[in-house]
Amino acid sequence: MDFFLTLLVKGLTLGCIYALVALGFVLIYKATSVINFAVGEMMMLAATIAAVMVISYGLPLGGSIAVTLVIMALFGILLERVVLRPMIGRPVIGMIMATLGLGIFLRGVVNITWGVETKAIDLLLPRQPLSVGSVSVAPLDLAGVGITLFLVALFSYFFQRMRQGIAVRAVSDDQQAAMAMGIRLPTVFALMWMIAGLTSVAGGLVWGAKIGVDQYLSLLGLKVFPVVILGGLDSIAGAIIGGLVVGATENLTAGYFDPHVGGGLKDFVPFVLMMAVLVVRPYGLFGREIIERV
Amino acid sequence: MINRECGIFKTTYQADMALYTVPLARITVAGFLAFFALILPFILDVKHLVWANLVGINLVAALGLNLLVGFAGQISVGHAAFMAVGGYTAAIMTSRADMPFWVGLVGGGVFAAFYGLLVGLPSVRVKGFYLAIATLAAQFITEWTVNHVRWIGGKGFQASIIVPPAKLGGLVLDTEREKYFLILAIAIVATVALLNIARTRLGRAFVAIRDRDIAAEIMGVDIVRYKLLAFMISSFYAGVAGALWVYYLGNANIESFRIVESINFLAMVIIGGLGSVLGTIFGAAFVTILPLALEDILQNFKGVIPVSDIHSFVAHLRFAVFGGLIMLFLMVEPEGLNRLWRNIKDYFRVWPFPY
Repeated sequence: MDFFLTLLVKGLTLGCIYALVALGFVLIYKATSVINFAVGEMMMLAATIAAVMVISYGLPLGGSIAVTLVIMALFGILLERVVLRPMIGRPVIGMIMATLGLGIFLRGVVNITWGVETKAIDLLLPRQPLSVGSVSVAPLDLAGVGITLFLVALFSYFFQRMRQGIAVRAVSDDQQAAMAMGIRLPTVFALMWMIAGLTSVAGGLVWGAKIGVDQYLSLLGLKVFPVVILGGLDSIAGAIIGGLVVGATENLTAGYFDPHVGGGLKDFVPFVLMMAVLVVRPYGLFGREIIERV
Repeated sequence: MINRECGIFKTTYQADMALYTVPLARITVAGFLAFFALILPFILDVKHLVWANLVGINLVAALGLNLLVGFAGQISVGHAAFMAVGGYTAAIMTSRADMPFWVGLVGGGVFAAFYGLLVGLPSVRVKGFYLAIATLAAQFITEWTVNHVRWIGGKGFQASIIVPPAKLGGLVLDTEREKYFLILAIAIVATVALLNIARTRLGRAFVAIRDRDIAAEIMGVDIVRYKLLAFMISSFYAGVAGALWVYYLGNANIESFRIVESINFLAMVIIGGLGSVLGTIFGAAFVTILPLALEDILQNFKGVIPVSDIHSFVAHLRFAVFGGLIMLFLMVEPEGLNRLWRNIKDYFRVWPFPY
């Protein structure tokens, strides 16, 4: 039972931090219907900049985070303006391939500019795990969960209460109707990509501190897909629920069955789970159900 | 291909769909064939023969992907997984069951085709992004299975199987030049087959589904059947390419079939031109040769550029360049190199007259 609880709690915290990455994806999909295959690479870029600011330029952690936030916000806006705006109105397939291209472009550029060696980010958190009974949680994971919940609350407020957030929802509902109501689409798109850039900083910091900053960080972006498929592509609550389910499932199966099959189940089970969801309920648990004959 | 189409007016559909669009094309095609079969292998040194061989293998796989993405409009991010299935099937058939290599080649293709049918099943229910994700999942599931199922990957490092070289009759194909002829023959068959698929009922059904699936269904195209067929044919190509790769290298190794390779194939068909056979050839050659040539060139400037390890530098540069090119082509010229080539040709169509 102790083993089970430990695995479950670890899995749930892990899932929460997956949801942190998934948030950036869901926000973009919700607002602009762009499928962002480069979400992992954006996170890697953010984490690398934050790490380099501390290591090479000797900035304190706070300063480095501030600089990274500014850079990533600008990056998001630039990305929207240069790459994605010309793609508006093109088939979905083109959009997917463009973000795939962006992903490997970023991976190459980051590796060339800052090298491939693993860099460390120290978030100045205590290392001693917090224990409740037999279950212990690392402070870093706890911080990740905290940041995720904070961002979820923030985005929920943004989408439900704030003028700009409601405008974004209107755009995601029907772009032409939103334009007719006087909403400026370019502003909304730029705003959402900026927010996605900022979110990638949060994900990059937590994951970078957890597993180190190198190109493998970007592979986490692929873990996002089981999470968002399960939760529903355009649902923020879905992202977090999906994250929890995926995290718990993969940690439990890996804990119990990894020794029997030679490991690696963590990268396998989420995708099997996702295939099952795709066949049964492609729009996910909380996604908007769009009935379309295929 | 390179003939000027000036003054050629087609009056029948048959003429429009003919394999040789202009009478002169027969001669040009024969000339190209003679060049690739009789001249090129004897003027290239071993290093450049390796390049040519890699282009040939990648071309076979890329043709399959273009059939799926460019003609049928079904995106796949897991093309390398089909190659892996074909490669490992061929490796197991020849190394453990002692079958001749051509049985492994065809067997790899057929097995990959059925695997493609399986992976393509979601395409019946979902499309666009969801399909991309399903193929992504197939990629990871395949990688894991090959790596962890002992019977497939064996006990070797990184699930590798040593494969005996291809034998044709009594001839063992183990030098670069001998392999070149094998690869060339298969690449030609694959190219001609795709050209013919594109201009028959099958290809038109694919294009109809790509352009508007609902309209295609109304016109009597059985969507489920043709989508799955597209997946099967595409995976057959990938399987054959995977088997070729395995025989070429002499071992089957999962590292050759990672997701990065899948994205590489996507780069080939996008840069070359979606839905174009000639474009696929351009794309395969360009994407394969560019990093090799870059590394070659940079090696000459070893002391000049401030990079210590040129090999890994080029590996990263390759990502940056291809990623940038994918975005650039999608933004500026979605029809790829093929379109650029057509523009050049159109310019010279009535040259030197203005119109």
